[in-house]
Amino acid sequence: MITRKDSVILDVVTRIMVPFIQIFAFYVIFHGHYSPGGGFQGGALLAGSVLLQRIVLGRDRSLPGFPVKWGVPFGVIGVLLFFGTGLLAQVMGGNFLQYDALPFPMDEVWLRNTGILLVEIGVAFAVMGTLIAIFDELSGAGEEA
Amino acid sequence: MTPTVLIFGFFVIATVAALVALEVRDLLAASAVLSVFSFVVALLYVSLGAVDVGFNEAVLGAGVTGVLFLVAVYHTERRSGD
Repeated sequence: MITRKDSVILDVVTRIMVPFIQIFAFYVIFHGHYSPGGGFQGGALLAGSVLLQRIVLGRDRSLPGFPVKWGVPFGVIGVLLFFGTGLLAQVMGGNFLQYDALPFPMDEVWLRNTGILLVEIGVAFAVMGTLIAIFDELSGAGEEA
Repeated sequence: MTPTVLIFGFFVIATVAALVALEVRDLLAASAVLSVFSFVVALLYVSLGAVDVGFNEAVLGAGVTGVLFLVAVYHTERRSGD
């Protein structure tokens, strides 16, 4: 993994910025139905916050927040959430990703809302896990851990 | 509605950034300038009405791609060979 040089400014700015980036990422994910953004952009923002920590804070302080071995599992969980939502609707008698066929006790409008939200969260997990896994593989963080 | 002068300015800055990224010898500086290019192009998309595309370009083009170039430069060498 990349070794670091001490810089107080970079360190403090990173530690202040990361929570705001993550809050904004969750805002983008949860408002993806009716405003620009969605699962992909929110997941990329979450991945960006972790990559910022990886680069600036170094391995000793960034790996406890998001260990290297979490990257691929997050991607798999995201894909399973997306595909599971679609397949559940199909099993319950609708088409693939037909949200109003989901077996939750709500009316049709809320079913569509919840289904889209589940799919967005799945996409966000998949994008975040995959981008972080690519970075860790390139930077060699996985071999030393 | 964004003024035409502003859109023209974005085009000029994007072109200059792209030329600088092609010509500069230091590859770390080239990847940084490429992030600037991506950010200006994202502003251009937003000012032309494609907010979603601009968002994508700002997050991926200016953020994640720059980081990946950084790692690639770190693993090879910093000076351009040609």
